[in-house]
Amino acid sequence: MSEILLCDLKVGEHGTIHHFNDENIALKLMEMGCLPGEVITLERFAPMGDPMAIAVAGYSLSLRKSEAAFVVLQKS
Amino acid sequence: MGLFSTQEQDIGFRIAMAGNPNSGKSTLFNLLTGLRQKTGNFPGVTVDLHVGYCKLPNGKKVEIIDLPGTYSLFPKSIDEQVTAAALCNEQHPNYPQLTLVVADSSNLKRSLYLCTQLIDIGMPVILVLNMIDVALRKTIEIDVPKLSNMLGVPVVKVNSKEGTGIDDLKNQIEKSSLKSSAPLLPTNEISNHNWQGLQAALEGKSAFNAFVQCINHNLFFKTTIDSQIKDFFKNEVVNLIQLQTSESLCRFKLIGKITDTCLSYKNRDINPITQKLDNIFTHKVWGFAIFLLVLFSIFQFIFTFSALPMEWIENSFAWFSDIIGNALPKGILNDIITKGILAGLSGVVVFIPQIAFLFAFIAILEDSGYMARVSFIMDKMMRKFGLNGKSIIPLISGAACAVPAIMGARTISNTKERLITILVTPLMSCSARLPVYTLLIALVVPSKNLWGIINIQGLILMALYLIGFLAAIGAAFVLKFLIKSKEQSYFIMELPIYRLPQAKQVGMVIYDKVKVFLFEAGKIIIAISIILWLMASFAPGNRMKDIEQKYASSSLAEVEKNNRIAAEQLEASYAGIAGKTIEPLIAPLGFDWKIGISLVTSFAAREVFVGTMATIYSVGDDADERSIRVKMKEEINPITLQPVYSTAVAFSLMLFYAFAMQCMSTIAVVYRETKGYKWPIIQFVFMAALAYLSSFTVYQLLK
Repeated sequence: MSEILLCDLKVGEHGTIHHFNDENIALKLMEMGCLPGEVITLERFAPMGDPMAIAVAGYSLSLRKSEAAFVVLQKS
Repeated sequence: MGLFSTQEQDIGFRIAMAGNPNSGKSTLFNLLTGLRQKTGNFPGVTVDLHVGYCKLPNGKKVEIIDLPGTYSLFPKSIDEQVTAAALCNEQHPNYPQLTLVVADSSNLKRSLYLCTQLIDIGMPVILVLNMIDVALRKTIEIDVPKLSNMLGVPVVKVNSKEGTGIDDLKNQIEKSSLKSSAPLLPTNEISNHNWQGLQAALEGKSAFNAFVQCINHNLFFKTTIDSQIKDFFKNEVVNLIQLQTSESLCRFKLIGKITDTCLSYKNRDINPITQKLDNIFTHKVWGFAIFLLVLFSIFQFIFTFSALPMEWIENSFAWFSDIIGNALPKGILNDIITKGILAGLSGVVVFIPQIAFLFAFIAILEDSGYMARVSFIMDKMMRKFGLNGKSIIPLISGAACAVPAIMGARTISNTKERLITILVTPLMSCSARLPVYTLLIALVVPSKNLWGIINIQGLILMALYLIGFLAAIGAAFVLKFLIKSKEQSYFIMELPIYRLPQAKQVGMVIYDKVKVFLFEAGKIIIAISIILWLMASFAPGNRMKDIEQKYASSSLAEVEKNNRIAAEQLEASYAGIAGKTIEPLIAPLGFDWKIGISLVTSFAAREVFVGTMATIYSVGDDADERSIRVKMKEEINPITLQPVYSTAVAFSLMLFYAFAMQCMSTIAVVYRETKGYKWPIIQFVFMAALAYLSSFTVYQLLK
């Protein structure tokens, strides 16, 4: 088990949400179903490299890399 | 069923519809209310809420309000604030007696967050499981009786795509006791504050209700609430963000227990079709190419396919005007109707085909899920211009109408990005400019095809829209440096699955928008047509009679004589005086006093230009069958003997209309959305300056 930031994930890789480093982003993401324990898969980056699309809780969510930098994942 | 037959006193009770964005809430709203909807007061004031009426099986009518989509009762954008305020505050004028929580069945967990929050604040709730078809495709099965039992509220399955389950839902609404059900999440799990005590102090419906009032204290009208909360928590430390975090974690734990029992699924993969389409639509090269192609096709389609219906409308009006003209006795009334009202109206009704097509395309882009992808691929670029990926939706909707587009900017949570979006959206060419563009393009651009397929007129039209877009992002770039903000910007947004837009939904949008355009804009246009006709038909003193007398003994041919009289009389009229007054100011742009009159009247709304032109050119003209376009084409400058509407004048005029803020409704909505006069004034001035300078440059270069 190692910790990795969501923004450092590669396309197709996945990790489990461990905690958030920003309270406001945590609130926004949690109400949309991104809770600690949920598995995130990085689906793709937008054509210009940012934002990114992730698969979480059975749907696709887009967020910017700067926001993903506050999401700490556990990778097995 | 009369459209607006529903009287206030017949209304049984009020229902609100709430749900996550993309849960199919609006589709369901349309299914329940049909055409019995009230839409915003446009132009003039705007409304936040869609209100409709629904007839229950027992014959009673209920009022239904469609609230903006939200994920929780803790708003993160202005859009979500509207919903939270209406649902949490009992003093709110839109506070409902029952709320239908519309859930995306393929994402039940997320939907249950809002649903259980509402149950816990004491709101009577019916849970509506929508998009069952999508859930089934993902092999998700929901045990409805068990779910209903665990939540303590009725649960109804509907498929708003096929319209199934609607009768069941209406029955449940009818049976509803309108009473709160037992709260699900004990507040002492969230924190050990004395929420029961606060509930008593605030006279809230439940302890969780007191908790929500505490978090959302700024949304309530009760000015005493802040001091009440402060008094209650005297020495305790209350960290609102920590409380919300704790609430989310506890509540999702509870929801997990519920879904573990009621929900089963075989796979949680994202829809494979959506995955494949995203590979194309968000592709490095194809993504942008397809976006441009989509826009290009829309404009080509609008120009090519609206030509025929427009011709029918023009001919019908000419025919109708003839009948009325012959049926009524000659005189002032006859003139007002045929040359004032009918001429003005025909100039407006003729653009309904184009407006219908434009709104249809925007509805299709939104409903299919494609618009979210456009935001996704454009975000990084938009950010460089001080905007947000979400700004692309207001900007594209601005091509239909700036008023709803500006309100659409509410989904942008960052204040600065939202303000810039509001300020630059009116630079996008809206449907009201379309009549002006079409008329002027038809005057100076030949209706030929390039390489056999590309309509040149359509190409010019697209160029005008492109210029509007470039001006908008250019202005945004400048504003980015002028407006200061430290607030963080977000782009956290669901990418909904692709869905085939439903003809019925698109039809509703077209019906709605055309109705508003026709009736609301039509009212103004008729009023202005009559005033204009009066101004153009009367002059100070005996000037009109004097002109007639001057020609009485003339030896000119009858037709020539009448034309000269008409021209001189218009020039002498009150309208002529008004146009002549501003002529020195607009002469450098290539505009004469007749265009001057139209510029003045266009400040109410741009589309008035065409009606004004029609009225001006009908006064004193007996040959009414000729369309306004033909009349303008034949207009000759008496000094240069060249056509008045030369290429230079037409393009100068088009640019003026592209950039100038000639819309009272937009000014009103910007005033409302920015809460003050400062920004609408700044916006008006910079747009006027841009319009004048660009028209001046183009006219001087082309002349």
